[in-house]
Amino acid sequence: MKLLARTGFWLLVIVIAFFALFPFYYAIISSFRTGSALFSVAYWPETFDLSNYFAVFERQPFGRNILNSIIVSGSVVVLSLALGITAAYAFGRIAFRGRSLMLMTILAVSMFPQVAVLAGMFELIRSFGLYNTLPGLILANLMLTLPFTIWVLTTFMRELPKEIEEAAFVDGATPWIVVRRVFLPLMAPAAVTTGLLAFIVSWNEFLFALTFTLTNERRTVPPAIALMSGSTAYELPWGTIMAGSVIVTIPIIVLVLVFQRKIVAGLTAGAVKG
Amino acid sequence: MIMSSAVAQAGVSAQHQARGRSSSLTRSRVRAAWLFIAPSLIVVTLIAGWPLARTIWFSFTDASLNDLSDYKFIGLENYLANYDGEWFGILIEPDWWHSVWNTLWFTVVSVSLETVLGIVVALILNAAFPGRGLMRAVILIPWAIPTIVSAKMWSWMLHDQFGVINDLLLRLGLIAAPVTWTANADTALWAAVMVDVWKHTSFMALLILAALQMLPQDIYEAAKVDGVSPVRVFFRVTLPLIKPALLVAVIFRSLDALRVFDLIYVLTSNSKDTASMSVYARQQLVDFQEVGLGSAASTLIFLIIALVVVITLAAGRVRLGEDPR
Repeated sequence: MKLLARTGFWLLVIVIAFFALFPFYYAIISSFRTGSALFSVAYWPETFDLSNYFAVFERQPFGRNILNSIIVSGSVVVLSLALGITAAYAFGRIAFRGRSLMLMTILAVSMFPQVAVLAGMFELIRSFGLYNTLPGLILANLMLTLPFTIWVLTTFMRELPKEIEEAAFVDGATPWIVVRRVFLPLMAPAAVTTGLLAFIVSWNEFLFALTFTLTNERRTVPPAIALMSGSTAYELPWGTIMAGSVIVTIPIIVLVLVFQRKIVAGLTAGAVKG
Repeated sequence: MIMSSAVAQAGVSAQHQARGRSSSLTRSRVRAAWLFIAPSLIVVTLIAGWPLARTIWFSFTDASLNDLSDYKFIGLENYLANYDGEWFGILIEPDWWHSVWNTLWFTVVSVSLETVLGIVVALILNAAFPGRGLMRAVILIPWAIPTIVSAKMWSWMLHDQFGVINDLLLRLGLIAAPVTWTANADTALWAAVMVDVWKHTSFMALLILAALQMLPQDIYEAAKVDGVSPVRVFFRVTLPLIKPALLVAVIFRSLDALRVFDLIYVLTSNSKDTASMSVYARQQLVDFQEVGLGSAASTLIFLIIALVVVITLAAGRVRLGEDPR
């Protein structure tokens, strides 16, 4: 009976691991196969042909797309953290009228369906002359990252003991110095967590990137992959799509595995966004 | 449950702070608070509040995407209008209601499956076994893969002629002929559910695992001594105790699933039969340039999601960490 339970347990573990890993494994082996090889199904890596990896950069400005994604996601992270940490200090450490109402409003914003702001955001971006530019995307993506950055950082900020800042205030420090000298170093772990979550959200963002860009050179990675086509109408672009997918996914997987514990802590800390 | 204790502590310490300090210092700190919040407040108003207000306004106009400054107010015509005894508007549009149905079906089916499977995965990860850390890393991988990439990967696996899933099912003798998974409206939504479950079960499992790890161990030891069966312990002890955390996870996942766009857009190639509400709204807005109609759809989506939030909050079981002061 005990043996049966153990076997069942390990069988379940294996099934879950297989289900989680197989699609990405299959994308990798598909990315090494070209031409008519893709017309047959292979379960094991047979060839190691890198031509899809070269083709993905030759047929479209994929290098440019990756750079765009890095610029957009990087800027979004920096802006969200800069705005988020200062706001979280006020929300987390200072009692003032209207605080709960404002925090609830910010939480509500993080639940906004993206499509509900699409028309208004389109008008806003156009009127700023930011249509089909990276700053336009940065501005739009802040709507997705800033609310939960403030929320999660506020949760972290509240957990710090109150004696920390009292000593500094007794010594005559201003709130701004307290934020910079006392809380910034203490908040570093939390900032890494929320920064990573903001990076992943922005790196994966599709609806705004698809709607607010027009030309291939300005696209970020998700719309670039979604709109990839073969060199002829008859060719299946699956090999190159898989190559592109593998290229942009590996850095994210590495990030997630390295910062696994921090990400789990961030996801469970409060505002949870998938 | 996860956050309420932290919030309570913070509330108490804030009160201590407020009492123990001279009033001028308090005033200067409150001034500083507003100064620190102002930039975020301005940005959130500019990029969330204002666009939402404009979207709602556009839903009462005949605006077109070509020139957003040239429009006129047409009242509720985008929603419902009557010309010569014939009704027009989104509220009697079968395609809209079809997309609402698709979204609700997708949400209920995928979130239910994710909850059940998430509990199973969390219980496994909560058991002590060699390689537990590795397993936790493994289940995070689907979550980390960008949705667009997942959708493309699964489109390829679900390909009707060359896909690995048809090949596998044919070999196992489970199907007699290849299935056109993503092109057929009946199977396409199931395909979307499959990808969503693959991607989001780990998220659910991690939230449940966090709750499981906070449970007091002595209850389980007592149950063991009394010889209660593990299944009974799960339904009588574990499940009631993790219920608050489970509800929070289910609500967040449901809100996410209700606004699904990327997955369905890529997997089922923008087809009318499988469109979600968000896909429908964007199609009106961008593909047909009908900003008025698209905004009306967007506004309805906003109202539907707001309604879901209000109902769950009013049910009173879940407190999303409000500030007890």
